[in-house]
Amino acid sequence: MIEVKDLHKSFGNAHILKGITTTFEKGKTNLIIGQSGSGKTVFLKCLLGLFEYEKGSISYEGRNFSALSRDEKTNLRAEMGMVFQGSALFDSMTIAENVMFPLRMFTKQSKSEMRDRADEVLKRVNLDDAHNKMPSEASGGMQKRVAIARAIVNRPKFLFCDEPNSGLDPKTAMVIDNLIQEITDEFDMTTVINTHDMNSVMEIGEKIIFLKDGLLEWEGSKDTIFKTDNEAVTNFVYSSELFRKVRKMYIEEDQ
Amino acid sequence: MTYLQNIGTYFLMIKDIFRRPTKWSVMRPLILKDIDDLIIGSLGIVAFISFFVGGVVAIQTSLNMTSPIMPKYLVGFATRQSIILEFAPTFISIIMAGKVGSFITSSIGTMRVTEQIDALEVMGINAINYLVFPKFIALSLYPFVISIAMFLGVLGGLAASVYGGYGTAEDFIEGVKTDFIPFHFIYAFAKTFVFAFLLATIPSFYGYFMKGGALEVGKASTTSFVWTSVMIILTNFLLTSMLLG
Repeated sequence: MIEVKDLHKSFGNAHILKGITTTFEKGKTNLIIGQSGSGKTVFLKCLLGLFEYEKGSISYEGRNFSALSRDEKTNLRAEMGMVFQGSALFDSMTIAENVMFPLRMFTKQSKSEMRDRADEVLKRVNLDDAHNKMPSEASGGMQKRVAIARAIVNRPKFLFCDEPNSGLDPKTAMVIDNLIQEITDEFDMTTVINTHDMNSVMEIGEKIIFLKDGLLEWEGSKDTIFKTDNEAVTNFVYSSELFRKVRKMYIEEDQ
Repeated sequence: MTYLQNIGTYFLMIKDIFRRPTKWSVMRPLILKDIDDLIIGSLGIVAFISFFVGGVVAIQTSLNMTSPIMPKYLVGFATRQSIILEFAPTFISIIMAGKVGSFITSSIGTMRVTEQIDALEVMGINAINYLVFPKFIALSLYPFVISIAMFLGVLGGLAASVYGGYGTAEDFIEGVKTDFIPFHFIYAFAKTFVFAFLLATIPSFYGYFMKGGALEVGKASTTSFVWTSVMIILTNFLLTSMLLG
C-alpha cells in the first residue's frame, strides 16, 4: 500500500501539485487520470522518487520515503518496477539482457539462474521467442511487454506504469491492460498506472483518482466513474461520443 | 548565474562518478565496450591525421628555412618539437572532442530523452557512475593514442621530408635526436591525462543534464564540443605556463 499525504511540488513559480492526499491499495490496479498538464506525470515521478517534493509525505508500506537513508531508499527502489511510456529499454542490450538487467544489478544469482528467471517472465508476457532480438527489432507492443517483464523480474512490491498504452492499437492496448491486471493479482502488487486511455479505465480501473490543476478532484472506481455528477470528471470522460452513449446506457439500466 | 550553476553541477557530477559504484561484473563489460568505442575506434582517424600533419609540418619547415647557414637537421628537430609538445597532445585532443565528445554527449543524451536514465534511477542505480565511470577508465588509456600520434607524426615528417626531396633520412633522424629533453614527454603526457579527464567528463555532463528531445541532443553535442575545446585550450595554456614557463 502507498499512502500519500498533502503532497506539494513546484517548479520555480509553477505550483504543479497542490496538496494531494490519497491511498493506493495493495493487490489493486490504481489509475491516475486527468487531462494533459494536470500533474499526472509529476505525481508519478514523485511516487517513484525521481522528483523531490517540497511538502507532504509518501509512505510505502509504512516507510516514509523522505525519512529514509540513502541505502534504505536504494533497497526500497529495488522493490519497485516501472514501465515507462516509451518502454525505456536499453538499446545496447538484447531483450533477454534487458530483462536480466535488474537481476544482474541487485542479486547474486548465477547466469543460468538469471536466464531461467528471464525465460519465465518473458513466457509470462507471451514473448517466448524474442530473447535475442534487439529492442529496435521489436514492435511497440512487444517493447511494452518486455518493459513489463523487466519491471516484474525482481518480484517488485510496487509496479508503476506511465501511459502503458500510448502508441498502441486498441487490441494490443487491451492485451497490455489485461496483462498488468493479471500480474497485479498474481504477485499481489500495488500497481499505479498513469493513463488517459478511457478503455483502460473501463477495463482495469479498480481504483481511479482524477487530477485537475494539481488537485485531487475525484476518486472512485470503474463502476462509479460513469455515474458521478462531478462536472470535471464527466467533461473528461464524456469528451468522446462513444462514452456519452455508454453513460446514457448505464443510467437507463439503473432506472 | 547559469554558468555558475553549471560549474557547481559539473563538480557534483564528478563526485557522483565515484560514489555508490556499480557491481564489477556489470562494470567490466561496459569498460571494455567503451575502450572499443572511444580508444580503438579513434585510432584510425588519429593515425591518418597525425601522419599527414607531421608531413605538412616537415614540408612547411623546409620551405621556410631559406638561410643556407641553417643546419639540415633542423627540419627533424622542429617536426619533433611541434608534434610532441603541441600537435599530438593538444590538437588531437580537440579533434577527439569532436569525435569522442560528440559520441559521448549524443549517446548519453539519447538515453536521457528515451527515459533510459530514468529507468536506471528508478532501479536505484547511480546512473552517473554507471554511465560515466566506464568512459573515465577507458579514456585513461588515451595517452596510448597520443603516443601513437606522436610516433606517426614524426614518421609522417620523415616520409614527407625524404620522399618530397626536402632532405635526407639521416638529417631528419639526427634532428629528431638533437637536444632531446625527456621532461618534454612528461609534460606532454601530463597534459594528455588532464585532457582525457576533460574529454570524459564535459561531454558526459552535457549529455546527462540535457533537457528536451532529439533536436536538443544535437545542440548539446555542439555545446559540449565547444566547451571541451575551450577547456582544453585554457588548460593547455595553464599547464604550459606551470610546467615549462
